[in-house]
Amino acid sequence: MANDPIHQFQISKLVDLNIGGLDVSFTNSSLFMVATAAAASAFLYMTTSNRGMVPSRLQSISEMSYEFVASMLRDAAGTQGMRFFPLVFSLFMFVLVANLFGMFPYFFTVTSHIIVTFMLAMLVIGTVVVYGFMKHGLGFLNLFVPHGVPGVLVPLVVAIEVISFLSRPISLSVRLFANMLAGHITLKVFAGFIVSMSAMGFVGVVGSILPLAMTVALTGLEFLVAFLQAYVFAVLTCMYLNDAIHPGH
Amino acid sequence: MLATYLTASTTEGAQGAAGAAAHGGEAAGHGGGVPPFDPNYVAPQSLLAISTFGLFYRVMTNVVLPRIGGILEVRRDRIAGDLDQAARLKEEADAAIAAYEQELATAKASANEIGQKARDEARASADEKRREVETSLNAKLAESEAHIATIRDKALGEVDAIATDVVTDIMAELLGAKVTAAEAAAAVKG
Repeated sequence: MANDPIHQFQISKLVDLNIGGLDVSFTNSSLFMVATAAAASAFLYMTTSNRGMVPSRLQSISEMSYEFVASMLRDAAGTQGMRFFPLVFSLFMFVLVANLFGMFPYFFTVTSHIIVTFMLAMLVIGTVVVYGFMKHGLGFLNLFVPHGVPGVLVPLVVAIEVISFLSRPISLSVRLFANMLAGHITLKVFAGFIVSMSAMGFVGVVGSILPLAMTVALTGLEFLVAFLQAYVFAVLTCMYLNDAIHPGH
Repeated sequence: MLATYLTASTTEGAQGAAGAAAHGGEAAGHGGGVPPFDPNYVAPQSLLAISTFGLFYRVMTNVVLPRIGGILEVRRDRIAGDLDQAARLKEEADAAIAAYEQELATAKASANEIGQKARDEARASADEKRREVETSLNAKLAESEAHIATIRDKALGEVDAIATDVVTDIMAELLGAKVTAAEAAAAVKG
């Protein structure tokens, strides 16, 4: 089982809890979710506790993530979008730290489970829908009718727009989860090759250099993917929020 | 993949093992399925994801973001304030330089004036002294000339007397004639 590339995603119950027939067990996934939130909060809290006029290196990291997300949101959704800044920032930090946590050996990758990413995506789409209707009423539905479309094509375009809107939470969650899952499986498979090849004597040991190099390269790539997917998730969140703020394209 | 997961979870509830078998190995037995699609953990994972993220969101909104925002705000204000102060100090420095140059120009002008006055005074006093010296020299010159004139007159007078004597003596020696002093004097004068 140790070489099973799927095994790393196995959920195990640490504390079995059942409230009113609902399974609310504390699992290893729960543990790492809590650890992710705690580590991200602690990092951001502690590095800024000095409130240095001239920031230390760690404080700079916190400030850079703040300004990075702020400019991302302002570019995508304008100044009005800044009311969602806490949401986008929390999503970005949560996903980023969860992805990076997944890079530690023997750590559980929270974002490799579609249930978690789907919940985050639904949170975003839910915010978009609720805020859109609150702000614009039924005018929010203009989102599905782009300007300048010839009358004949309107039903077709509206249908396409509705489908694309409905597929957003799925694409948002699947993109993140699939990237993390596939990356970690690939990493595990290549790392497993090293072990199984080295067991085949001298030639195998020499040959195992190839998967070793591959594993090293993939590790670097996975760090990139960990950051990139958090960024993509945040950017798409910004763009969807922009639809809620300015539905009329 | 998602569809498989969804059908797997619904069929499991409705039809049990038969449905699971119909959907192949993936849903047959949770231990062997792909863990990310394990329907057993939908409830605990989604609940914990929502509550953990909710808590994280609260911490970010209430503590971390105001703090970082405050730090950046304070820094921006401080930089703006410092720039303002720098501009004000520069203005003050410019004013001081202008005042200094003004002072310098005034000082130069008054220095020229003082120098001119001093030069004029010096020249005036030198002229006066020269005049005094010239006057006294002229007086002395006149006095000396007068003195010389009297001396010369006296000397000339004595020359006449000596000439008379000489004439008398020469006449006596050469001619043996006795010439009177009056005659001799007349001859000399003649």
